[in-house]
Amino acid sequence: MTSTGFSKAPIAVLAPDSEEPGEPNQPGGSRLIPWAGRRRSNSLLESDRSIISSAERKQPGVRRSLRFVHAFLAISLVVVGLGPILWLAKSAVTTTQDTLQHPFALWPSGVDWANLSQAWNDIHIDQYFFNTVIVAAGAWAFQLTIATTGAYTLSILRPRYAGVINSMVLATLFIPAVVLLVPLYLTIVNPPLLGRDYSLLNNYLAVWLPMAANAFNILLVKRFFDNLPRDVIEAARTDGAGPFRLFWSVVLPMSKPILGVVSVFAIIAAWKDFLWPMLVLPDPARQPLSVRLPAVASQTELDVFLAALAIATIIPVVMFLMFQRVFLRSAGLGGAVKG
Amino acid sequence: MATTPQVSGTRPPKVRRRRAGNPLTWVRSGGLSTLLFALPMIFVFAIFSWLPIVRSLIMSFQKTNLITASWVGLDNYTAVLRDPLLSTAVLNTAYFAVLALILGFPIPIIMAVLMSEVRRGKGIYSALAYLPVVIPPVVAVLLWKIFYDASPQGVFNVILGAVGIPPQPWLQSQSQAMPALVIEATWAAAGGSIIIYLAALLIVPPELYDAAEVDGAGIWRKIWHVTLPQMRGVIFVMLILQVLATAQVFLEPFLFTGGGPANATTTILLLIYNYAFKNSLGGNYGMATALSVMLAAFLAILSWVYFRLTNRWSTS
Repeated sequence: MTSTGFSKAPIAVLAPDSEEPGEPNQPGGSRLIPWAGRRRSNSLLESDRSIISSAERKQPGVRRSLRFVHAFLAISLVVVGLGPILWLAKSAVTTTQDTLQHPFALWPSGVDWANLSQAWNDIHIDQYFFNTVIVAAGAWAFQLTIATTGAYTLSILRPRYAGVINSMVLATLFIPAVVLLVPLYLTIVNPPLLGRDYSLLNNYLAVWLPMAANAFNILLVKRFFDNLPRDVIEAARTDGAGPFRLFWSVVLPMSKPILGVVSVFAIIAAWKDFLWPMLVLPDPARQPLSVRLPAVASQTELDVFLAALAIATIIPVVMFLMFQRVFLRSAGLGGAVKG
Repeated sequence: MATTPQVSGTRPPKVRRRRAGNPLTWVRSGGLSTLLFALPMIFVFAIFSWLPIVRSLIMSFQKTNLITASWVGLDNYTAVLRDPLLSTAVLNTAYFAVLALILGFPIPIIMAVLMSEVRRGKGIYSALAYLPVVIPPVVAVLLWKIFYDASPQGVFNVILGAVGIPPQPWLQSQSQAMPALVIEATWAAAGGSIIIYLAALLIVPPELYDAAEVDGAGIWRKIWHVTLPQMRGVIFVMLILQVLATAQVFLEPFLFTGGGPANATTTILLLIYNYAFKNSLGGNYGMATALSVMLAAFLAILSWVYFRLTNRWSTS
């Protein structure tokens, strides 16, 4: 349940059986991108032709306009997309006075590297950073476990009760996240079945488990499993593979693309989450960066604070640059399922 | 794409379907191991999804502290409806949603169409557009809070000063706070929408453009009569998703302004949060759930009506 990330678009109206673009049942990894089959290309970004035809591209007016579009895109995207990150990187190693007086000047009184070490050590960004990693790693492990075992049950084992569970899981997609906030909080404060005095507050399970109840993940992985070649699965069964063997040695190895997508979703969602960890991890020593940064803002000097913000941004940005294709494909995929 | 011989198009055949009854037969036929695979999912959904959903309905008719609960009928609902802040919060949320639609909705569509037309650099442009989405939202808001510094040396005021506009108060002004929040939220979300629209543009069948050209259509008419109609489905869904998201906006008002100045940015979610969690002695969980249920019911009706309408438009 990523429902506690309120800034994110809720997938409440995601229509599970809406028609998908492209041909269904494409074998292989490209099935993941429904439109890939038509294009003979795995890339999200390539196309045979677009709105403007090759003939039109040769007209001088069109060429001039396209050159203008190029320049506009380059400038606006660099300024708007990259600009704030560059400014943050610069200001992280600039003195407070310089940032306040001349926000766009490049180090008028020298580079102040000490900000980074001060942020890391003095305001304990190291610890919060570590907490964030724990939150993200646990959320990833739980989400992947639930999504794969759940989808395996619903898609391949298919017991009699699969239909009921499937519709009950999908139904949660239609519930706006806000409904869950308070009752889920009380569930964490006083979990059922565990007795009056037991509480999951300040326990990382309070973040991991609700995130694992993510119907969107189950839907994605189930659709992928539904399209795995049945003959391979039947052959493995004939060869005597039990359900565990089939899961571990046949189904999972064939599902790496979708596992990558779910992993990206899981880690990014956990890294971003704010309200939920703030509620269920009241102990500052256990809180992740996203919760601590607003809390320390007022008592921290501006230059050190900007260094802390920069540190908190590095990992997601580096991850994005390393796994760009997976990220962009996941983002497009989310749209394809929604559409 | 070669199609390997496989059962395509049909549902995979049901594999295990034996009569239950004898537990031993059930175990032998794989019922137990199947249940082992199903249990983790059933467990987390039951405790952390289904139970809280039911509980929120019940709690909205109860007065609850952490230990006891008593039925109070519709008291929570009437208390919420009598709260003078409710109308402020509803209007603010609607204002945020409308501003976000005007400002944030067309921009990603336009950018995606432009980006789909350039031949080189599309990968870099997509990455640049998506970068703001990667920045943790909390960091983004805290950074923009510094950008919105009201002094003449504030980042945005310096930029405005360069083109001769006097410094603006931004977050400190009742009239400018909400637009400032919307600008940041648009910046933070546009990249994701651009990528989705780019994907939608790829599945427009090229034959349609060829056919339009045979009929003598120019670039603008191709956009108007082919591209946009072909993207209609995605655009409709993105529109309602954005409305649903902005109706539940929390992070921006909470971190930028805390609802101020003078409640100018208090949204419904902020009000729910304040009911439940602001008072450290114990919140009014009944009122918080009552307002959540009302908001959820409104959004459910809204999306239902919306899908009825757009379905009709899509088919006609």
